[in-house]
Amino acid sequence: MNADEGPEGVGRPRPGSHWYDAEAGPVVRPYAMTGGRTDPGPNAAHFDLIALVALDTGAPAPGAYTSLGPEHRALLELCRVEAQSVAELATDADLPVGVVRVLLGDLLNRGCIRISRPVPPAHLPDERILREVIDGLRAL
Amino acid sequence: MAPERFYADSGDSTALALKILVAGGFGVGKTTLVGSVSEIRPLRTEERLSEIGESVDDTAGVDRKTTTTVAMDFGRITIRSGLSLYLFGTPGQARFWFLWDELSFGALGAVVLADTRRLEDCFPAVDFFEHRHIPFVVAVNCFPGARSYGAHDVSRALDLDPGTPVVLCDARDRDSGKEVLIRLVEYAGRRHTARLLDSVAQP
Repeated sequence: MNADEGPEGVGRPRPGSHWYDAEAGPVVRPYAMTGGRTDPGPNAAHFDLIALVALDTGAPAPGAYTSLGPEHRALLELCRVEAQSVAELATDADLPVGVVRVLLGDLLNRGCIRISRPVPPAHLPDERILREVIDGLRAL
Repeated sequence: MAPERFYADSGDSTALALKILVAGGFGVGKTTLVGSVSEIRPLRTEERLSEIGESVDDTAGVDRKTTTTVAMDFGRITIRSGLSLYLFGTPGQARFWFLWDELSFGALGAVVLADTRRLEDCFPAVDFFEHRHIPFVVAVNCFPGARSYGAHDVSRALDLDPGTPVVLCDARDRDSGKEVLIRLVEYAGRRHTARLLDSVAQP
């Protein structure tokens, strides 16, 4: 018999248990941390999942932005060492991509970050790069 | 549509990220393939319901039902410092198709995973990439117990454009997965070269 199923446990929540669990999803609705904004602004389309986000070298230290929320700061911290893709930022910050895009829009408008250009379809990388990719895959 | 000034002072110009999509029907092995060649990571997107299509989700009486969660996987392969390959497993459900447009924008190419026991599951993906002229290879995931077909049979059954590679693979096997990606990159290069030649030939 499972120890958790003793008569004292029936019908009475154990201390520390909640009516929700991880399966219930985030307790804070995702866009609460963006103040309800779901639109990252005119630059939205450019936060491609593989767009690379780097700190703007000319930007003050994150501490200087007193109006930034903790999620903004977390994103800045994540790309401190090296440029990160939007996909990686979302995963590392454990935030939905849509929310990350809004937050990145804020950071871009404040001049905290720079975004690399994703490769447009008409300008696929040259043969040399593709060869490098193939050789790199072989060497994996 | 692109405000160029947005990129005027873009960051490290040598950093390059390439995107490959992994598509196919439910349970065909997309996650397995991404996981066999890269460290796989979960990605959540929170999409506004209005973008998903009112015809699918009845929003009558709901003033503003905000978002719904779409989960997918991605993996990154670092080729060298400043050159990375990203793989995205595309969500298979039809109602998330609107995501595919964004996912496929700027993609180097796509892998369409197929299971010969239910080949029709990959028709939508094949159609999608053909119509958008995105280079793709069909990778037949050879499940144990499934009757084996030749690449030519699969190519004919899917009515593929001539030249579209069909590769037999085992999505669980790293070397096999690598080979699929290599075939795709080679094919994407050939398609790109052909397009360049075409544009030069046009008066």
